[in-house]
Amino acid sequence: MIPVEYYLVVAGVMFGVGAIGFLLRRNLLVQLMCIELMLNSVNLTLVAFNRMRPDDHNGQMFAFFVIAVAAAEAAVGLAIGLAIYRLSRSVRSDEADLLKN
Amino acid sequence: MNGLGSLLFFGISALAALIGALFVVLATNPIRSAMALLLAIGGVTALFIGLDAHFLAAIELIVYAGAVVILFVFVIMLIGPDSTPPHDSKAMFSRTLAAVVFGMFALVTGFFMLRAGGGLHWFPPYRHDYGTIDTFGRELFTRGLVPFELTTALFVVAVVGALAVARGRHRSDAPSEGAKEQAP
Repeated sequence: MIPVEYYLVVAGVMFGVGAIGFLLRRNLLVQLMCIELMLNSVNLTLVAFNRMRPDDHNGQMFAFFVIAVAAAEAAVGLAIGLAIYRLSRSVRSDEADLLKN
Repeated sequence: MNGLGSLLFFGISALAALIGALFVVLATNPIRSAMALLLAIGGVTALFIGLDAHFLAAIELIVYAGAVVILFVFVIMLIGPDSTPPHDSKAMFSRTLAAVVFGMFALVTGFFMLRAGGGLHWFPPYRHDYGTIDTFGRELFTRGLVPFELTTALFVVAVVGALAVARGRHRSDAPSEGAKEQAP
């Protein structure tokens, strides 16, 4: 048997790696992938906590909706990335400074 | 599954998830990041199976490995070699500082969690109807029906928005060019 804390540690490390990658990388595509990583780790905690209380499926249902929203977010985010690439011929997020000054 | 088997399964899937997550961040080529994301998603799916969430594991594999990663690979192919911009040290200091502060925050949180103690919490025994498509679907279509239907509205908005954004200015360019021709 595996205690719930192991799953939480895995999810926490995964969220940390995703967040640090989001802060350190400047490639728009990699940043979007880091967002997916963070959402996945949150899903993992939701499912793990749901397993602690197997009377209902609230956590799994929440994770299901998180997956649905993440899919929509990936589609819209990649579309925005493509539009930025068309505008500036670059996928670097620090070169998307149209609103600066 | 017996104790050692489930521990081995957990270890392998957690390792896959963490190595995948690490290589998403470390790989310089975004196509390798996408493949590492695939590995991480496979690991998370295996962890879901270990948590008896079978339906959610299937959904995770279909939606992420089947749709999201393919979309990423497709966009990387569309952008081509420009998707790996050259490295520079612009704002490197503030970015590193942000990452270090975040890592320190995680360490402090872990320290307080360890100090709180309370021991490990074990899962209650497995129920045969937990996490199957039957019970999950029943619950989704009774108590979760309204948010489930609202998800379809979200998807319609997302598809229309993605189309409108990705099409760019082609449509607004065409009338302006026509206007320019008519102007003189």
